[in-house]
Amino acid sequence: MNVDALLSDKVKAIPPSAIRRFFDLANEMKGQVISLSIGEPDFVTPWAIREAGIYSLETGNTHYSPNQGFIELREAISHYMKRRFHLQYAPKTQVVVTVGGSEAIDIAVRAVINPGDEVIIPEPCFVAYKNCVLMAGGVPVTIPLRAEDNFVLKPDQLKAALSEKTKMIMLGYPNNPTGAVMSREQLQDLVAVIRDLPVMVLSDELYAELTYDPASHCSIAELEGMAERTILIGGFSKAFAMTGWRIGFACGPEPVLSAMNKIHQYVIMSSPTTAQDAAIEALRHSHEHITPMRDEYNRRRRLVVHACREMGLGCFEPLGAFYVFPDIRSTGLTSNEFCERFLQEEKVAIVPGNAFGECGEGFVRISYASSLENIREAMVRLKRFVERNSPK
Amino acid sequence: MNKKEEILSLLESNAKLSAAELAVMVGRPAAEVEKTIADLESNKTILGYNAVINWEKTTSAPVTALIEVRVTPQRGQGFDHIAQRIYRHDQVKSCYLMSGGFDLMVIIEDKSLKDVAMFVSDKIAPLDSVLSTQTHFILKKYKMNGTEFHSKDEDNREAVVL
Repeated sequence: MNVDALLSDKVKAIPPSAIRRFFDLANEMKGQVISLSIGEPDFVTPWAIREAGIYSLETGNTHYSPNQGFIELREAISHYMKRRFHLQYAPKTQVVVTVGGSEAIDIAVRAVINPGDEVIIPEPCFVAYKNCVLMAGGVPVTIPLRAEDNFVLKPDQLKAALSEKTKMIMLGYPNNPTGAVMSREQLQDLVAVIRDLPVMVLSDELYAELTYDPASHCSIAELEGMAERTILIGGFSKAFAMTGWRIGFACGPEPVLSAMNKIHQYVIMSSPTTAQDAAIEALRHSHEHITPMRDEYNRRRRLVVHACREMGLGCFEPLGAFYVFPDIRSTGLTSNEFCERFLQEEKVAIVPGNAFGECGEGFVRISYASSLENIREAMVRLKRFVERNSPK
Repeated sequence: MNKKEEILSLLESNAKLSAAELAVMVGRPAAEVEKTIADLESNKTILGYNAVINWEKTTSAPVTALIEVRVTPQRGQGFDHIAQRIYRHDQVKSCYLMSGGFDLMVIIEDKSLKDVAMFVSDKIAPLDSVLSTQTHFILKKYKMNGTEFHSKDEDNREAVVL
């Protein structure tokens, strides 16, 4: 029997990763290299949060929670969104607790997209966006963002990508992999383009707490008329270093959240109970937990940006997440060649930019979610590598 | 935290950071950071740059003891004079005035248990203002000055996470 023939066409349509070879190589060399290739915090979850998880287990809180998540957690999320981002969500009807931001993205897309609907996806971006759309039967319409625009989506680019079939626009700021953020004014320009159109915005704000601009993060949902058409994805993974707990959330207009919850209840049932209890503690003292980590990321960020510029790699100021996205075209190498050779010759792993969309070609993603010692050593090796590979 | 305090806290956790690196990390010009550090050194805010060493990994691990000392404060000098008579000894690594059941906490390092015991009975206990001493030997160091002694530093994250 040809089992391949039994596979779903949708799954078969998902293209293989553009950096599969690099992936294999990096896995082979794991443990022998400095990894600046990891999109998760190097910090362990703050002890007070871990302790809340332990206490939850100790007291026997090992059962299912309500489908949407414990009401205490939804209330805490609602307060937090109000306190931090001036957004109002009713805990009972406009919040669902999910298995990480990834689940939230998937069920948001599936709740809204019919086969043939177009979804606008600015690239480079997190790899799941496009594939979630494909699996929902939607049509991804990608927009290649430009380094000269600091990888911000421009209103004219958005206008050109819109069609009668556009159902959704996916925004991921602060951005993985570029570290770009969008200011209130820049978002306002986008809102002017879509205000009268029947489209939803999916705003992935997993990195909202990790911004290094004195004007802190602005959510597109804060802008006039946008709360009712924005699905906001938030989470605990990045800000609270809780990736392995698998816990995130979505907030948005009641009809969409209610539709998302329909999918969530049959696919997931409810998010992990221990993680929910830990997340309540995380939000209760969010400022104390986040500030020391954010300050540390900011210092590392400055070191990496400074080092890249010193060695002649073009690099805009990334004001969010924990990535720097330098331009490596001056070396004449492709992103894949650059990263494979850098890994083999200097034993440092960074990610080819084209992993995040074709327009990421010519760039590499350096994660500074790694210790200061690792970063210092990696920058010495990067400088050596770039010097060796620069045209004379 | 202002820039000066940020520099202090960075140096406290890693005294090997150069002024140039610190300048990049806190986002200020190198010359300004150099001057800040020089000022902090000259006004004795920064008193020294010490390494945190696990002597257990060497052949000359000293014995460390914590001595609780009860003393009679002296007229006009409080505890300072007697504290000074104690902390001037090279064996004394730290000395603190405490609230609670005793007055001075003295941390001593010496070559052997016997040396520590002799030091206490010869140099501290006989002092006029000392009422009593109680010696506690430190058996194992778990964490000192913010540094864990036995933590595993391995990175068990996946090789690549997109």
